[in-house]
Amino acid sequence: MNWADTILQGVLLGGLYALFAAGLSLVFGIMRLVNLAHGDLIVLAAYLILVLVDTLNLNPFIALVIAMPIMFGVGWLLQTYVLNRTLGPDILPPLLVTFGLSVVLQNGLLQVYSADSRRIPSGYLDTASISIGSLHVGVMPLLTFFSAVAVILILNRLLYATELGRAFRATSDDAVTAGLMGIQPNRTFAIATGIAMAIVAVAALYLGTRSNFDPTIGPARLIYAFEAVIMGGLGSLWGTLVGGIILGMAQTIGGAINPEWQILAGHIAFVLVLLFRPRGFFPRAVD
Amino acid sequence: MALLETHGLTAFYRDFQALFGVDVTLDAGETLAIVGANGAGKSTLMRSISGVLINGARQILFDGRPIGALAAPQVMALGIAMVPEGRKLFPSLSVEENLLIGRYGRATKGPWSLETVYRLFPILKERRNNPGTALSGGQQQMVAIGRALMSNPRVLLCDELSLGLAPVVIRDIYAAFPAIRESGASIVVVEQDIGQAMKIADRLYCMMEGRVTLSGRPSELNRAAIHAAYFGADS
Amino acid sequence: MDGQTTIWRVETKTRASTAFAIVAALAICAGLAAPMYLPRATLQDLFFILTMLALAQSWNLLAGYAGLVSVGQQAFVGLGAYVMFAGVVLLKLDPLVAILLGGIASALLAIPAGIFAFRLQGAYFAIGTWVVAEIVRLLVAQWKMLGGGTGTSLPASATRHMQGVDLVHRMFGFRPAQAVDVVCYWLALLLAVAVIFMVYRLLRSRHGLALASVRDNQDAARAVGVDARRLKALVYLVSALVTGLVGALIYVQKARISPDAAFSVTDWTAYVIFIVVIGGIGTIEGPIVGVLVFFALQKLLADFGSIYLMVLGLIGIVVMLFAPQGLWGLFASRTGIQLLPVRRLLRGGPIKN
Repeated sequence: MNWADTILQGVLLGGLYALFAAGLSLVFGIMRLVNLAHGDLIVLAAYLILVLVDTLNLNPFIALVIAMPIMFGVGWLLQTYVLNRTLGPDILPPLLVTFGLSVVLQNGLLQVYSADSRRIPSGYLDTASISIGSLHVGVMPLLTFFSAVAVILILNRLLYATELGRAFRATSDDAVTAGLMGIQPNRTFAIATGIAMAIVAVAALYLGTRSNFDPTIGPARLIYAFEAVIMGGLGSLWGTLVGGIILGMAQTIGGAINPEWQILAGHIAFVLVLLFRPRGFFPRAVD
Repeated sequence: MALLETHGLTAFYRDFQALFGVDVTLDAGETLAIVGANGAGKSTLMRSISGVLINGARQILFDGRPIGALAAPQVMALGIAMVPEGRKLFPSLSVEENLLIGRYGRATKGPWSLETVYRLFPILKERRNNPGTALSGGQQQMVAIGRALMSNPRVLLCDELSLGLAPVVIRDIYAAFPAIRESGASIVVVEQDIGQAMKIADRLYCMMEGRVTLSGRPSELNRAAIHAAYFGADS
Repeated sequence: MDGQTTIWRVETKTRASTAFAIVAALAICAGLAAPMYLPRATLQDLFFILTMLALAQSWNLLAGYAGLVSVGQQAFVGLGAYVMFAGVVLLKLDPLVAILLGGIASALLAIPAGIFAFRLQGAYFAIGTWVVAEIVRLLVAQWKMLGGGTGTSLPASATRHMQGVDLVHRMFGFRPAQAVDVVCYWLALLLAVAVIFMVYRLLRSRHGLALASVRDNQDAARAVGVDARRLKALVYLVSALVTGLVGALIYVQKARISPDAAFSVTDWTAYVIFIVVIGGIGTIEGPIVGVLVFFALQKLLADFGSIYLMVLGLIGIVVMLFAPQGLWGLFASRTGIQLLPVRRLLRGGPIKN
């Protein structure tokens, strides 16, 4: 096994997982909501991009630019009309409603698109690679990783250097007092979910171009996203990137030893990290 | 016409009634004090006015407008800012960010800005980048007041400013009040400490068990009357 | 005060519950005699209803009473079933004994699973249980002796020689395959009744009172000495045991297993959650109502594949948003009737109840 190549692939795969996780991390950080339909929303976005590419004959990246505001709208509507009703001290409603949503999304997509595997074509980028020293690195995995870094950079700037970001952090601390500042928590949550869905669209592009997808692969992506967030530590976006990289590396190393062990290796790494660092690597001090 | 007035204000926490028809008036430029024991309904009154609690629309009038049924963000935008009980600073924000967030819902120009708030409470400028809650109780109270001032409110509601603070710190905080009055804000202060209330207020209301039991100018009220109104006639 | 001493009693009986107890006893007798007069297909339907009911009661105890929302119970269904298969296929055990083994194995799995999952809170606990289920599924799929990823079947001879099959054959004259169904049905009836009885007894005991206090306000409960962690761990363990037993029983009847089926999130978590939510979470009567609604819907719509699941999901969402107490909860709050009451009532003094 070529260690250098395997680890590099793992790091780059981590970028994809960090993209899956970034939206989840943002939403949980602000409103303590875990959306069990998150993975299925990624799949929904992938189908959206596929439809845009197929019917409008677009380059996938152009399709992404169109898909992002659409997904923002989906997130905004979802939060405003469904998820905002579930927020409160009881943990059951958001869990059960998003679980139901996951079932509805998967089966809705199955009805419309059937269980056939699809893939978003990316032309020559599919197989393009560049050489770094003695290693060959795919262009798409590199793009994925740098997109993940860019997304997290932008999110951090948003959270810490803008008025909206201040409103997000204040609302997450104390929604009632935030109201006294003129912040309307429900609208803030809707914007946050909208942003999360826009990020989901980015993740969907890289998921859909990298490998085949079908309506049922959502839950597995949710689990990877969740594992990345928890390993990184709740409340830290850079931590989410680190968590994604750990997961990616565990999977590629496990997979290099035995292809059947790839996914299992990721789960085992997750369990091990949690046993030794129950709050992840970079937990927020206040929670 | 009074700036802010309540008419037969009632308030409920689910089935529990906390206010039984409270009438309070605040004229422009006045400083009002509301005193009473724990559970008298003072904080409930503040929460009702600021919109944290929703009441009957015409039970609270601001500039003659019915605002009783409005929620906090809308009340705040009209110019009524609250310094909540227990300070309630945002731990995820720095001192300066806590101040800035006070302008989120109402970015009106006026005498109060970061600069003038720092002049009122110089210690905060030194600590501007510290997390909001990494300050002493008295300094946190200053941040909370500054945060409310940032929206250049017409009415400032102060709920239990002196709770948990040492007397010398309380003095320092109330020392800032003349500057606040001069800037044109009308103030309502909720206090358990009657002496302090008498010192700063133009008029005083006493509450007990959800009702107003006494009102008047400090000069007109004697200790015995206040004592009776505070604790109840028999005690 | 007057010279009389009033004797206070704490009871949970109500008039409706006494009436229900009688009806339930009659129903159980009728259920036991069912093989005599019901066709095989109906018995199979009842088997499905009773096993789903047992799973739902178990999940309800976990989520509705202990506040532990698990979306990973399929780990115990699958492991219980696979250990049963191992017992029959590899150790040549009687399937009934193997079912017990499956239950025990699931309970044992609950120990490391719980140690891991309890490090997480709320929604993250939920997904943590899902991760555990995935790990067990992936490991079991490596078990080549039981068919690996494609699975295997129970040899017909093993089930035909199960304890009780012979008895049924002689009592009713059924052929062996049908006799197996009858035995499985009786076991399902036994399990469902036992689980309901156990949950009812638990909730009426002081442990049940402790559980309710933990659910309402964990800190206050700890302040009066309730060990919340131990209680929750106990409930998690018991729930795993029951789920394992039911899983093993289900697969004795199915006689064919594969990792994807035995560890299916849809069959063993989605359906169960639906049943509990629609019926009414946090009540014992709720899952009973829920399983009947679920069965009816399945009979009506099962031919429609994914549309059926979409309808289930949508109903679940709507109920959770607008009637979170479920159908039974709505009924009970309107009428005040409790059939399996666990609320303590103070009786005996001058105050009339």
